[in-house]
Amino acid sequence: MRDVHVSAIVDAVKKLCIDANLELEPDMLRAFDRALTTERSTAGKQVLQILKDNAEMARTRRIPYCQDTGFVVCFVELGQDVHVTGGALYNAINEGVRLGYTEGYLRASIVRSPFDRVNTGDNTPAVIHVDVVPGAALRLQIMAKGGGCENRSKYTMLTPAAGIEGVKDFIIDCVKTAGPDACPPLILGVGVGGTFEKAALLSKKALFREVGSANSDPTLDALEKELLARANRLGIGPQGYGGDTTSLGIHVLTYPCHITSLPVAVTIECHAHRHKEATL
Amino acid sequence: MSVTTAADGIKDVTTPLSDADVESLKTGDRVRISGVLYTARDAAHGRLWPLIQDGQPLPIDVRGQIIYYTGPSPARPGDVVGSVGPTTASRMDKFTPALIKLGLKATMGKGARSQPVKDAFKQYTAVYFGAIGGAGAVLSRFVRRVEIVAYEDLGTEAIRRLEVENFPAIVVNDCRGGDLYQDGMKAYAREET
Repeated sequence: MRDVHVSAIVDAVKKLCIDANLELEPDMLRAFDRALTTERSTAGKQVLQILKDNAEMARTRRIPYCQDTGFVVCFVELGQDVHVTGGALYNAINEGVRLGYTEGYLRASIVRSPFDRVNTGDNTPAVIHVDVVPGAALRLQIMAKGGGCENRSKYTMLTPAAGIEGVKDFIIDCVKTAGPDACPPLILGVGVGGTFEKAALLSKKALFREVGSANSDPTLDALEKELLARANRLGIGPQGYGGDTTSLGIHVLTYPCHITSLPVAVTIECHAHRHKEATL
Repeated sequence: MSVTTAADGIKDVTTPLSDADVESLKTGDRVRISGVLYTARDAAHGRLWPLIQDGQPLPIDVRGQIIYYTGPSPARPGDVVGSVGPTTASRMDKFTPALIKLGLKATMGKGARSQPVKDAFKQYTAVYFGAIGGAGAVLSRFVRRVEIVAYEDLGTEAIRRLEVENFPAIVVNDCRGGDLYQDGMKAYAREET
C-alpha cells in the first residue's frame, strides 16, 4: 500500500480549481486557432478572436475566463493500492474546492438545496465520481462545469430499432436546441449505452479527452467526425451570431447495454471548457 | 442619452435610453455602451417579481435603463470587478415583459428570448443586446465602478449598479421584431434547418 495524505489532495484540488478557471487548456486555444482558419462569418471570427484575447487576459491578469466559474465535477481514479490517510477523501476534495474558490476569487455558484436556493458561499460541494483502478496512483480530473450549457444537456431512451441514425439525429437536435444559449462554439460529451445513469456519466467523462484528438475506436472516430461536420453545417456559429463554428468537438463513449435499450446522454459544454488533472 | 454612429460603424449608446434611441438601433448593430447597467439575474428577478405584481416600488427605477443579466465573480483587491460576462437570458423571460412595461428600455445577456419577450420589445419599444458569453475577463475592462444597490445578501446575484465605458455588445432583438440569431443561422446554414 502507498499512503497519500489528504493534505496533498486538498492542495492539488485547490490548485486545479484556480488553474482551470484562469488558464484555458492548450487544446481549446488550438481549437480556436483552427476555427479561425475555416470560419466564414466576420462576426464569428470576431467572437473567436475575442475568446482568444479573453483567455490571454484571464491568464495574465488572473481574472476568471468566465464569471460562471462552474460546478466542480471531480473524477477520481483511485489506485486500489493507495491508502488515503489523515481524513476522508471526499472531505479533502471539498476542502480543496473551498480553498480554491475563496482564495482564488472565484464565484460561489452552488446553492445548498434546489428548493430553498441559499448559496453555500464557497462553491462546495463538488460532484465527485470515484473509480477504483489497479495500481498505486491517485488521479484527479476536475472540470469547472458552467451552468448555462449544462442546462441544455439532454437524455433520451431510444429503441434499438432507432439505431445509429436515431442516435445521430438526437445529438444534432441537441446542438440545435442548445443554439446560442449555451455559448457556442460547443464541445459535446456523448454517452451511448449502459443504463440511465451510466450513459449520463459517460457523457461527462467523454469531455475530458483532448479537444481535437481522435477517438481511439476508429468506428467512433468516424462517427464523431461526421457529427461534427453536421453540427457545423447548422449555421449557428460562435455565440449564435451565424457562422461555421458551432462545435469544436464531439466526443463519444459507449458501454454495453440491455437488449431492450439504446440510452443516449449528451452533456453540452461551452467554449469555457475548463478541465485540469493531476496525478498524486 | 443618445445613440450616435462612430466612424468605425459602431453605434455609441449612452444611457439612459429614450424610445427614439431604441428606435435607432437595428438587429445586427454593433454597439458600445457607456453609462449605467443594472445587474440582475435569477434570484434578484425572483424578489422583484412579487413587488411588480403588487404594484409596489422597485429598489431601482427601471425607466430608461438597461438590465444586464450577470453575476460577476469577486473582484481581486485593487480591481473594480471580477469576470463579468452575460448569463443565459431566457431564464428571465418570465419577468421581462412586466419590466419592459414599467419602462425598462433594454436587457443584455446571451441566448434567445421567448416570443412574449420579443412582442414586448415591439409593443413598448425596447431592445435586447447580446454580450459575448464567456468573455468575462475581457468585459471586466469596460467597467469603471460597481456599487451594490439591492439584495446584498444574494451575493453574486445582488442588484449592482455598474458604470461602464464603451462596453461592447450587439443588437440581437430590436423593437421591430428583428432577431440576429435567426438571421445569422439562415445566412450560414448548409442543411436541415
